[in-house]
Amino acid sequence: MTRLARNLPGLLFGGAGLWALFGWPFLVEKSSRVVPGIGIDVELALPVAYWPWWLVLLCAVSTATFARRPWLRLIAGGVAVATLLYGLGSAAAVQVMDENAVQRIAPGVGFWCALGALLLLVTDAVARLQLSASRQCVLIALTVVVGALGLHSGHFDSISVMREYAVNADRFAHEFSRHLLLSLGSVLVAVWLGLPLGIVCHGRATLRQSVLATLSVVQTVPSIALFGMLMAPLAALAAAWPALAQWGIGGIGYAPAFIALCLYALLPVVANTVLGLERVDAAVVDAAYGMGLTRFQLLTRIRWPLALPTIVTGIRVVLVQNIGLAAIAALVGGGGLGAFIFQGIGQTAIDLVLLGALPMVMLALVAGVLLDALVERLERRRRA
Amino acid sequence: MRPATLLRTAVWLSVIAFLWRPSAFAAVFAPFTHDGAPAIYDQGDLADLALAHLGLVLFATALSAVIAVLLAVVVTRGPGRAFLPMSRSLVSIGQTFPPVAVLAVAVPLVGFGSLPALIALVAYGLLPVFENALTGLAELPASVLEAADGVGMDAWQRLWSIELPLAGPLIVEGLRQTLVISVGTATLGSTVAAKGLGEVIIAGLLSDNTAFVLQGGLLTGLMAILLHDAIGRIGAYVLPRQG
Repeated sequence: MTRLARNLPGLLFGGAGLWALFGWPFLVEKSSRVVPGIGIDVELALPVAYWPWWLVLLCAVSTATFARRPWLRLIAGGVAVATLLYGLGSAAAVQVMDENAVQRIAPGVGFWCALGALLLLVTDAVARLQLSASRQCVLIALTVVVGALGLHSGHFDSISVMREYAVNADRFAHEFSRHLLLSLGSVLVAVWLGLPLGIVCHGRATLRQSVLATLSVVQTVPSIALFGMLMAPLAALAAAWPALAQWGIGGIGYAPAFIALCLYALLPVVANTVLGLERVDAAVVDAAYGMGLTRFQLLTRIRWPLALPTIVTGIRVVLVQNIGLAAIAALVGGGGLGAFIFQGIGQTAIDLVLLGALPMVMLALVAGVLLDALVERLERRRRA
Repeated sequence: MRPATLLRTAVWLSVIAFLWRPSAFAAVFAPFTHDGAPAIYDQGDLADLALAHLGLVLFATALSAVIAVLLAVVVTRGPGRAFLPMSRSLVSIGQTFPPVAVLAVAVPLVGFGSLPALIALVAYGLLPVFENALTGLAELPASVLEAADGVGMDAWQRLWSIELPLAGPLIVEGLRQTLVISVGTATLGSTVAAKGLGEVIIAGLLSDNTAFVLQGGLLTGLMAILLHDAIGRIGAYVLPRQG
């Protein structure tokens, strides 16, 4: 492949990023959060007085586009993304009028497309570097730290999503922790139930078949319906034993959502446990029996360590899945980040939608990368 | 008849019977209502909603399958191969994106109705087909490709009569995953006013009527299972036998 052909992604995304930046409005100024706004182009939002910003951005984008070494592209791409975000904060701060509390300055199509193109540049660089999952972990930790510092600095406070956050700060903390509780808690319970179930199913073909078939059927029931179907029995339980209601168990609230999320998480956990336990060669099993190991010792000393990476892969799948599904809990009064999303959809307030959606996406990405690193580490130890 | 065939026929017949005459099943759902609420969804025609739901899912899946296979073909040959490493990472990143987030972001862009639901379904449905088509096309044994070149096939002939049929079973498997995910995700579309069975479930949640929730849930669940089964059978019939 020629050098030009190999650099096709760089040229395409670098070019598209700049084209979007100049071609479409960078900011949108809205007189309130629910009305459509007026676009402001980037030349007006960040005029010549911001020349150092322009210099850094253009240098970073061209380095990320043309550099030969992937790691240089990665660094330049990261700098370009950070610069773009920084510019958004500065531009919004200039546009905002102090006395006008309902006015909103939102990122425009040009900003979003440029950001998307730059993130694709970064993805290309990361993919070419073939970073191990642990290094990706370091990368994402660095991103989270830099992001948190940036948000904490107050530089971005004029942007609409952050204004929405400022209004809802207390509620955000509550819904965020509720979201974590729903997604992490349900996965923990599913692991706690699913591991023994998988171990019991292992080696019993008929039991395994019927358990896996039942759990697959549960997975096809849409999440809203499963949440709804659990409301009635829980309401009946709470009516029969009022003590349960004090624990928050009732027809409406987090209980039906929590149980439904556990049910969804069970299939991958059980299926991967069974699959993992069967990864052992028949010859190894024979040898182990020959050495006088009991069935229990075979399970704990040989099968379990070999199965662990597969089991953790299953946990990764359900954790990422449940972080997304926990959003639906808001529809049955279970709270979580979905509360902002559905409230935002109802009010056609995109900023509120983003306040729920962006942290959720970040949470899912971080969980995915963290568990990938764990799987990688376990696989390596298994091979060693 | 074999038990599997018997079960399949029975499920199909009961779904069709229920959609044709829902009122005949009132006695089945009556125990799940209280305070004299209707046992069968009465705010619209169930068959109508089921067809709209099915239509949305099939249209979105067909669209995403065509786009996904085209993309997979592009990134596995010629200059497109420069995009192969990042395609793989994008698939794994894309799958961590929650469907609700895709749906929620589509609404402000295109407004309420079936369009945001269609966009979310197409975007989300791309991933399984793309991932499988990529595996199928990128990991064909070199000996097969050399043999195709050896008998004088040009690039198009090789793609059409060798590579795609060999990648076929994996692509069909991706299609099945997409269908099951889409049937479930389409119910969320009703939160943004797309027509479908989600309406029945949400009406049940709002009026605290479990019978409605059950009807919507059972119909969508069965639709997912029947589609999964049907595509598998069609795939086995259409594709050449391997091995």
